[in-house]
Amino acid sequence: MARLTTEPELRHAGLNLADDPREVREQVESDVFGFWVFLMSDAVMFALLFAVYGTMRHATAGGPGPEQEFKFHSAFWETALLLTSSFAYGMVSLSMKHARGQLWLALWLGITFCLGAGFLKMEIHDFLTMFHDGATPERSGYLSSFFVLVGMHGFHVLSGLTWILLMGVQLAVFGPDDRVKVNLIRLGLFWHFLDLIWVVIFSVVYLEGLSL
Amino acid sequence: MTFWHILLGRLTWDSLVFVEAWRNPTISEIIGGLAGGVAVLGAALLFGLITILGRWRYLWTVWLTSLDHKKIGIMYMVFAVIMLCRALIEAVLMRTQQAIAINNPGLVAPDHFAQLFSTHGTIMVFFVGMPLLTGLMNFVMPLQIGSRDVAFPYMNSISLWLTVGGGIMMMASLVVGKFSTGGWSGYPPYTELAFNGGVGPDYWIWAVSLSSLGAMMTGINFAVTVYKFRSPGMRWMRLPLFTWTTLCTAILMIFAMPPLTVATLLLAADRYLGMHFFTNDLGGNVMNFVNLFWLFGHPEVYILILPAFGVYSEVVSAFSSKELYGYTSLVIATMVIAILSFTVWLHHFFTMGQSAGVNSFFGIATMLIGIPTGVKIYDWIWTMFWGEVRFSTSMLFSIAFMITFVIGGMTGIILATPPLDYLVHNTLFLVAHFHNMLIPGTLYGVIAGYYYWFPKAFGFRLSEKWGRIAFVCWVPGFYLAFMPLYVMGASGVARRTQELFDPALRPWVIAAEIGALLLLAGLASLFIQLYVSIRQRHTTRVPVGDPWDARGLEWSMSAPPPEYNFAVIPQVSRRDPFHWQKINNGAYKPADHYRDIEVPKNSMCGVLIGLGMTACFTGLVWHMWWLAVCGFTFSLGTAIARSFMRDVRRTIPAAEVEAQHRRWLETTAAALPIPRHLEMTPENEGLAKWQG
Repeated sequence: MARLTTEPELRHAGLNLADDPREVREQVESDVFGFWVFLMSDAVMFALLFAVYGTMRHATAGGPGPEQEFKFHSAFWETALLLTSSFAYGMVSLSMKHARGQLWLALWLGITFCLGAGFLKMEIHDFLTMFHDGATPERSGYLSSFFVLVGMHGFHVLSGLTWILLMGVQLAVFGPDDRVKVNLIRLGLFWHFLDLIWVVIFSVVYLEGLSL
Repeated sequence: MTFWHILLGRLTWDSLVFVEAWRNPTISEIIGGLAGGVAVLGAALLFGLITILGRWRYLWTVWLTSLDHKKIGIMYMVFAVIMLCRALIEAVLMRTQQAIAINNPGLVAPDHFAQLFSTHGTIMVFFVGMPLLTGLMNFVMPLQIGSRDVAFPYMNSISLWLTVGGGIMMMASLVVGKFSTGGWSGYPPYTELAFNGGVGPDYWIWAVSLSSLGAMMTGINFAVTVYKFRSPGMRWMRLPLFTWTTLCTAILMIFAMPPLTVATLLLAADRYLGMHFFTNDLGGNVMNFVNLFWLFGHPEVYILILPAFGVYSEVVSAFSSKELYGYTSLVIATMVIAILSFTVWLHHFFTMGQSAGVNSFFGIATMLIGIPTGVKIYDWIWTMFWGEVRFSTSMLFSIAFMITFVIGGMTGIILATPPLDYLVHNTLFLVAHFHNMLIPGTLYGVIAGYYYWFPKAFGFRLSEKWGRIAFVCWVPGFYLAFMPLYVMGASGVARRTQELFDPALRPWVIAAEIGALLLLAGLASLFIQLYVSIRQRHTTRVPVGDPWDARGLEWSMSAPPPEYNFAVIPQVSRRDPFHWQKINNGAYKPADHYRDIEVPKNSMCGVLIGLGMTACFTGLVWHMWWLAVCGFTFSLGTAIARSFMRDVRRTIPAAEVEAQHRRWLETTAAALPIPRHLEMTPENEGLAKWQG
């Protein structure tokens, strides 16, 4: 118990803020909170895209549907890649929390990036295969809603990857200073959020599509 | 693909309204050409004037790049007023058209008329109502909660410049190309490629998207500010009502802007990528657009009205010299309205084929909103009861609001009843109804708030005489312009009609025309009021900062406030903190010790990001793909570059803060406390004589 009370206050993993002045702590807190609010807004957007997808599920207009176009294997491996990348980002947060040094931070960031990039590569490959089969977004309302929903998630992953690169550069330039740490926490929230959205896509789009 | 084609996309000489007016000089085209000319000349004059006066540097360093919430708020309002001028003139033109066009083609052609009601609605909602209120909230809310700024000053600047970018696109559509003819709601399939191949719907999509991005960021910013930046002791149930309504509005912005973004982006996907979200063929479904749009559109109504409710709560309490009656019920009512606003969107399309059960659910939900709104009206009336009521301009507009808004609410109940809605839907009755809500519910509130907080922002009062003249124009003007529309709508005249065929309607349209002219006179009197007030500012100065003997923290510092707002962050121990400080002799006291204050440095990144995105979206409208890519890359690059800047704050030393504070305290000591009946006289230096 005694050890616990002397332990620095940890409101956010990775930010050992107990020694900082109150203003800094509050600023950091509101910075992270603001990002949560943004994610909430983003979640509303995805919810609506899911709703649109739901209403257009049978609007295939005689074109290809999920039975012909979805490949369970690739959806499975995409899921595996993305979930593992989230684990890797968890290691980024832990390295930051325990101040394991920049090398570890950079290493885990790099692994996250590679796994995310692998996911994106597989997804693009799937899309291209579908295009090749004639399952293009122009073909039907169903395919439009599929490509926009899944594509929007892919676009978010691309943004996340860009952000990871940027944070890598900032780590090299500034080291883990306060701003970098706050942004690493926000990036973490973003990355895990994408994972969450993907889990829903995997269940609602791929599993449902293949189960029929 | 020639070089010019790649460079200019769809832009040709024919896109210029002047060329069109030259080739085909009908009255309609000449009016269009003149409007374009006014836009170009206005911009040229403005730029010329600034250059001649040598004010670019001042404008850039003091205003445009500022991250100070007060200046950003004022810029929002200036921008909105410019847009208001255009949209109000369009309204007068539409009324004139209908007054003339009874069995007569009138002044403007049908296509031109359709552009007029589309731009009028789009501008009034996105580029007048929202920026006016965002401006007020920006200026007032941090002062009310005892904060030095909003949570994200840099994002605040980006929001502003994205919104301004949308306004620039709206103005550009006067000169090059034609705006959408699909109304402010832009319903497909009419706005789809198959029926509208031109740039019009694209202008609408991208201008609205800029505004909605800006508003979403504003929502995040304000919500986080209220949650995290209140001064010590400013507990939830001590927040001023205006701050409560700001918080509710911010929450609405966070949840209601994404549906709009999704609606416009999916429509863009149809138009640009040939997809089938809302098309008539291949599985498209227009009902998705209608649902998405009103999922945004109804909360939007409350984004436009709630802040004004906040203004009225402040104004009525201050000008009655009384504590707000029923504070708790007002807070609950505000929250209930905010939540209910998400449960009623379907009443915008009762006639589009849902079952009776669904319609009745949404009809009842709609009527429920009348309850919290009624609570508010009673609370304001009880606040006035036995108060020392002064009929200042703000108060006059507040009272006019209470009466007018209730009438609008009654017609809202009619529209919320599905069987009745079947009869009057899509008629002028509806047009009359929502103007009846938004003119008192937004515009009167903004005018009341403008008059009330103007002395705080600029250090002198506005002319009361011209305020009253404006009142005489705005209020009877509204009744004359819109009551006839109820009558016409109830007798079945469709909205958005360019030509009428029943001579019996003539008296009504002429009355509405006179009303519209009165409203224009109302706007003119606000400009004259500003001019006169600036001229006579030496007799109306209120440097001490509390001209109305008001109750919130925003009145506890000099007028205009120092850039850091509070020399010392106030400690709040109860509701209406400044009022209690005054009667307990706690106001106007030097602090024990002063500290260094950090404020954000100016930044041009907000301006650059806003303009970059405007270039990007303009490129998309005209199919100048290079411009779209460059604009986006530029904005993204600016945002990235900014993230590498570490030296973004500057410190104001404690000594300077103390010197400024003491100077103001000396002014205060030298000022004469005045009782309320001298409020409008030159004796009022902003120091109130209060009864203990």
